[in-house]
Order: sequence, then C-alpha cells, then structure tokens
Amino acid sequence: MEFFGLTLPSYGWETVLGSAVSGVFLGAIYALVALGLTLIYGVLHIINFAHGALLMLGMYGVFFLWKLAGIDPYLAMLIVVPGGFALGYLLQRFVIGKASHGRDEIILLVTLGLSIVIENGALFFFSATERSVLVPYDLDGIDLGVTYAVWPEIAALAGSLAITGALWLFMMRTDTGRAIRAVARERRGAQLVGINVDHIFAVTFGLGTAIVAAAASLLAPTYPVHPQIGNLFVLIAFTVVVLGGMGSFVGALVGGFLIGITEQLGRLYMGESLGVITVSVIFILVLLLRPTGLFGQRSGQG
Amino acid sequence: MAGWLIIALALALAPLALGSGRWVEFLELTLFVAVLGQGWNVLGGYGGQYSFGNAVFFGTGAYVQALLQYRFGISPWISLWFAIAGTAAVGAAIGWLSFRYGLRGSYFALITLAFAEAFHVLARSFPSITEGGRGVQLALNQDPDRALATFQFNFAGSFLAENGFYYTILAVFLASAFATWRMERTRFGAQLIAVRENEDAAQALGIDAFRVKLGAISISAAITAAAGVYYVQKYLFIEPGIAFGTSKSVEALFAPIIGGLGTVVGPLLGSFFIHGVGEAAKATIGQALGDRPGVDLILFGTILILVLAFLPRGLAGLWAALWRRLTGGDGNA
Amino acid sequence: MLEVRGLSRSFGGLKAVDDVTLSVPRGQIVSLIGPNGAGKTTLFALISGFLKPDSGRVSFEGRDITGHKPHAICRAGIVRTFQVVQPFAGLSVHENIAVGAHTRLRDRDEALERAREVAHRVGMGAMLDRPASALTIAGRKRLELARALATDPRLLLLDEVMAGLNATEIGELVEVIRAIRDEGVTIFLIEHVMQAVMRLSDYTHVLNHGAMIASGTPREVTSAPHVIEAYLGHGAAARLAELEAGHA
Repeated sequence: MEFFGLTLPSYGWETVLGSAVSGVFLGAIYALVALGLTLIYGVLHIINFAHGALLMLGMYGVFFLWKLAGIDPYLAMLIVVPGGFALGYLLQRFVIGKASHGRDEIILLVTLGLSIVIENGALFFFSATERSVLVPYDLDGIDLGVTYAVWPEIAALAGSLAITGALWLFMMRTDTGRAIRAVARERRGAQLVGINVDHIFAVTFGLGTAIVAAAASLLAPTYPVHPQIGNLFVLIAFTVVVLGGMGSFVGALVGGFLIGITEQLGRLYMGESLGVITVSVIFILVLLLRPTGLFGQRSGQG
Repeated sequence: MAGWLIIALALALAPLALGSGRWVEFLELTLFVAVLGQGWNVLGGYGGQYSFGNAVFFGTGAYVQALLQYRFGISPWISLWFAIAGTAAVGAAIGWLSFRYGLRGSYFALITLAFAEAFHVLARSFPSITEGGRGVQLALNQDPDRALATFQFNFAGSFLAENGFYYTILAVFLASAFATWRMERTRFGAQLIAVRENEDAAQALGIDAFRVKLGAISISAAITAAAGVYYVQKYLFIEPGIAFGTSKSVEALFAPIIGGLGTVVGPLLGSFFIHGVGEAAKATIGQALGDRPGVDLILFGTILILVLAFLPRGLAGLWAALWRRLTGGDGNA
Repeated sequence: MLEVRGLSRSFGGLKAVDDVTLSVPRGQIVSLIGPNGAGKTTLFALISGFLKPDSGRVSFEGRDITGHKPHAICRAGIVRTFQVVQPFAGLSVHENIAVGAHTRLRDRDEALERAREVAHRVGMGAMLDRPASALTIAGRKRLELARALATDPRLLLLDEVMAGLNATEIGELVEVIRAIRDEGVTIFLIEHVMQAVMRLSDYTHVLNHGAMIASGTPREVTSAPHVIEAYLGHGAAARLAELEAGHA
C-alpha cells in the first residue's frame, strides 16, 4: 500500500480487525479518563491539567489498598471513588476557585501547578519505581478470533460504558444533576434561582475526580503505576475531549473509541514509535478546523 | 537602565568573586532558565498568548544545532544562526496556523502542547536523521587550540573550561533582555501589549493583531532556540525527551510568571527566586529526608499557585509596590 | 465621503441591518438614532470591518472597503469607538493614546508626543500618567475618543460617547466634538442623548428594526410621526398630536 510516497506494510484483514478491536478496548479507557475531564469542562469551562495527576494518585490508592490490605483493585473502587470525590471537591473549593480569579488561562496555570505538586509529591513519597497490581485473572480472557481479550480489558470496556450511562442518568434524573446542568447552561440565572454556584462547581469537580478514580481502578490491573503515568493519558484525554466536543458525554465515548482505534492502526502501519503521532495530529487538526468537535455545543451535556 | 548595568556587571564578575564551582553553576542554571523564560515572556507576558509547548522551540534549536554539526560537520558558529532562524520560522509556522484559525486562551495553550508532543514523536521516530531515542552525541574536542572554533571549552584552559559556558549563557541572556527592553520601546512592543490588553480595541486602532502575534511568536522561538544552542554546546548531547518533553515548556513559564509577566527583569527574578528556593530546599528538607527527588518541584508548583493567587504581577510587581511605599509614593499600586 | 449601499446582515433569522443606504458628507456631523436594538451598533461594526455584510457595499472616499479587516479600515482613515468602552486597562492614559498614535507614527517618541497633544485637545492633559483602570466613566469615554483621534482619522465613528455622562460632562464633550469637526474630521455618531444630537448634528438618519425609516435635519426627523411611533410605540404620534391640539 502506498501512502504519501511511503510504502506501508500490507496486512491481512484479520490483523487489521484485531488491531481495531484492541483499539476499542484501549479506547474505552481513554473514554473513561476523558469523561471526567469533559464533565468538568462542560460545567466550569476549565481545562483541568491536573486530571492526569489525579488519575495517577487514584492508581496509587488502588495499589496501596491492594498491597497493604489485600483489597481487589475493582473492589477498591468503593474507597477510591468517594475519596476522589472529596479530594476534587476540596481542590476546586479551596484552591482552584480561589487562586484563578475566574480567568481561563490562569485556571489552566493553576491546574498545571497542581499537577506538578501532585506528581512530584508522588515522586517524593513513592519514588519513581514502577509498581504493579497483580491479579490472578490478568491473563485469562476470551478469544475473539481476531484478537484475545483479557478480563481486565473487558472489565474496562464494560466499566466505562456503565459509568458513562450512570453519569448520564445522574445528570438527568437527580436534583443535583439538574442543578449542575442549570449552572452549565446559565451561570447567572442559576445563581438567581438560589443555586449555590460555588458548591455546584466543587461538586462537579468532585464528580470528575471520582470518575477518574474509577478509571484508575479499572486501569490498575493492566498498567503499572509510577508518578508520570498521568502524562501518558493527559494529552490523549485532551484529544478525546476536543475531538468529541468539549462538554459532551457521548463525544467522550465516541472520541475515546476513535482515538483508541486510530492509535492502534497507526501503530500497526507506522510502527510503535511514529504510530502515536496520529493522536497529536488529530488533536492539532481538530483544534484548527473544528474546535467544537464532533458533538460540541457551546456549553453542553450531550 | 542603571539597574541593568549593575546586574550585568555583577553577573560578569561573579565567577571571579565567587570562585568557580557550585555558585557559578547555580547562576548558570538560573540564567539558562531565565533565557527560556524571556522567550516565553515575549509571547506570554507581553502578548498574552500562553504557550504550554515552548519546548518545541528549545528542541528545534537544539536539534538543528546538533544535527548540522553531526551530519554535515558544519561549524557550530554557523549552525547556530540556522538553529535560531530555523526555529523562528517554525515559530512563525505554528503561529500562522494557530492565530489564522483564531485560537486564543486555553486553546492556544493546548495546541502548542500538541505541537511539542508531535515534534517529540518525530524526533524519536526517524533515527536515520535524528538518531531516534538514543539521541545525538557530538564528538568531544580535546584540542585546546580548537576550543573556540568548536565552541567547546572543556580543554580550553582552566578559567575558560570552568566558566566558558557561564559567559555563553550570560551573553545570551543579556542579549535577550536587551532585545526585550528595546521591544518595549518600539511601535511593535506597544502594539503587542495593546493586543494582550484588548484585541478588538487594538484592531479598531489599526493594529494587525495577527501579524503582531506572528512577530511575537517568532521572537519567542528565536530566543528559546538560543537556549537550545547553548545546551547542545555545553552537554554535546540532545535526545527527544530533553528536547521536546514537558519539563522545558514548564520551566519556561515558571520564571516569568513568578518574576513578573511582561517585565524585562521578571524572568531573571523568577528564575533566581525559584532556584534559590530549590537549592535551599534540597539542602535542608531534601537532605533531612535522605536526598529524595521532587522537593524542589513541589515547591515550584506551590509557589506558582500562590503567585497566581496573590501576586498577579509577580515579584517585580511586589517590588515596585514596596519601593513606592518606601519612597513615599501614593502606595496604591 | 462614506457611502453605504444596500447593506444587510442577519443573525439567524433576524435581520439586524436590512438594506441600509446612506451617505456621510465630508466635514459634517451626521448622527444615527433609533430605538434600542435597531441595529445601529451592528451597522457601525459592518462599516468598520468587525462584521462582514451578507450583501451591500461600503465605500470610503471612492474606494470600496466592503469586508476589509478592521485594522485596514482604520489605516484607510475610519476609526470607531466602542459603545462599551474598551480601554487597555493595564496601561496609563498616555500609553493608551500612544497606541492610537502609532497607527501613523513608527517612532515611539513621536507617538508619545502626539498622544500628549491629543490628550490636551480632549481635556485629558492632566491625567496622562493615570492608569486607565482608575478613570471614571466620563474619563473612559474621553480616553476612547482620544485614542481614536490619535490615529489621525478622516472619519470618526462614535458609538454612544455621551451615555452615562451628566449634563455638564455632555456639554463639555459636545464642544470637544465640534472642535474636532472644525479641524476637518468628519463625524458619524450613534447617540441616545437627544440634547446632544440636536445640538451637534447637521444631518440625522433614523434606524428601526434594521431599516432606515427617516433622514433629514434633526428637527425634521424628530417631528416626523413615524419616527415618534418607532420610539414610543404605535399610535403615539396621533396621541401626541391630540394632546397638542387639546392644549392649543
């Protein structure tokens, strides 16, 4: 196959399909990491640079619960998710909200500062050593014909679909969800009808962090944790959010799968190293040509 | 101006006064980060366009400097002009794309980050040109007579061997500070600041905001590339992570924000402050807890957040306010 | 000097400016009035290049400037002020005005000198070193005017420079604007303060729902029944006439 003068390797359809299917599993994880980011953006209009660092913190939480208390990484969700919510709530209420004077470049810098503090805090306390959660079922799975899917991958796919659905129900059916949507749509109006906007902002940030903690739990069996693990996901998560449309849940899900599949196919055809450039290229092109993304609204929750 | 002469003189005499070694190394690092910061400051501080990917300029400058010598044996004194001009062109290209499509604020920050990442991947992926992930290692010159010709001071006699690169980065810093100082006093500088303050009003007054921002990103790229040239000559080595990784992008914005955005002295002040604090922290907390990594960056991040929260005009603004109070000005700065 | 032919622009389904034709002759003060939301500011934005028209043409001194960029239009000699003032808040009054002066002057010192002159002309000579953010509303309006004036325009578009000022301040500004005209700058202004419109304008256009409904001297248009109705609602002219008849 020829591609801009480069001769690309040609593969049988099984190989290509196998790559695409493993892209779906990878994409599920990207979607989940992006989901919290897009929720926070949709309501607060904050690009949360600390999202990757919070993911990393969640993974350390899962690791230590498993290492010290023998808690299964999936069960650990019951602890790290509420923990993530509390941490996110406090960060927004007492750090980001206070320090940013409401200007979006400053918010971006404050969350960058936070990510540096969290990342190096982890480096200081936990060292740079990679640590892995070992589960007995990490190599078992289902043979899908074109590829083999292990249980942790399947759990991540199921988990991200379930969490996206649950978040959607929460936003539609609960009073808090309605209040969040009201604030997202019309900040001042929401204030006038008596909604405490600062509280709702903090709740939203808390929810976003809780979701990324759930993602941490689903990731822990497949990815070893180290202080820089968040960086691996953060640019990809931004890409997913921008591609899907800032603030859109469906966008995060679809964007996640698209990026996952593109990355895997990129690796197949362009090699392990250059393959990941597809993510940056998509990011740049979407920002330039269609900054509202696939499902973007001005401020939304699609 | 008098202040700058004193600063320049003090920095020039520092190696003689402090002897060589640890303190000069500290000042050299401070100046290196101040140059990165000055590059960022031109676009971010004066132009209000916050880049999160200035590593793309550092890395491009460094790679051009390294590869022209490594692949073609070109003299470092010639390649450095290609490095600076080439990076300015890369800056103009990135700026052309970003500003043509109207990216502002957070979107601009994100796209610069994406460009740095794309360059990172490219540098890793074409070993036939860049040596890939292993990086480019330049040959060490051991002939004292060719020290100047090769821009390598290791075997150049003791004073130059110890302080040659200190003076190199000092010269680069003073040049960048002078360029910024001049810029403040030209039409271009006034228009750049106007675009930062209010782009619509600036356009209504006849300013071509697109061209002004394009100029700023090119200057920013050129200054940052000069830091890359210094880095390559000093360490004779560059690899994708050092060149295009996030740490250079982050260092570049710390110094001016903490020191004072849109001021000539801000990047130097900020760099001096954070590295002073960093050294002090390593010597105390780090030592007490067994020399673990991370302490300095935890402090840098915390200082950044505190400055953003309480000192929007950085240390330079704080200094100006204190000075006014001391000299009996009206004091409400 | 300024010719607008059949200019239209809509947002969604709404016609903000609908087939507007008008001209502003050299050396005059022409005003544009109309109820809120009539499309006056949109018309200014179309003339000054901040919005592109859907159809129609704008020409200035015989040259077509339709759809040109704002900075190019400024350099051609038309400068606008903003209804909501847009000072460069972090800069001093002097620096603010100098930005305008740089449009024609490259040299920094010349621009600063020119800014000083302009500041004196609009009565801001004593405030040169004040930060723009510390000015009162009246001060900001004057600054907006001064900055525009410093670009050496041949046509000045003023968008509600009197709004929010008290009677004394309005009186002072009216004199300033007259003096600017007397020095050869043509002025086209949007104004709600009728006292200023009556005192200043040689000619007045009335815009309602995006369309021109009347043109003439200020006295002519303000006594036209359909203009009164546009402002005060349907039937108002008849009621006013009845009232006056009753008094007579």
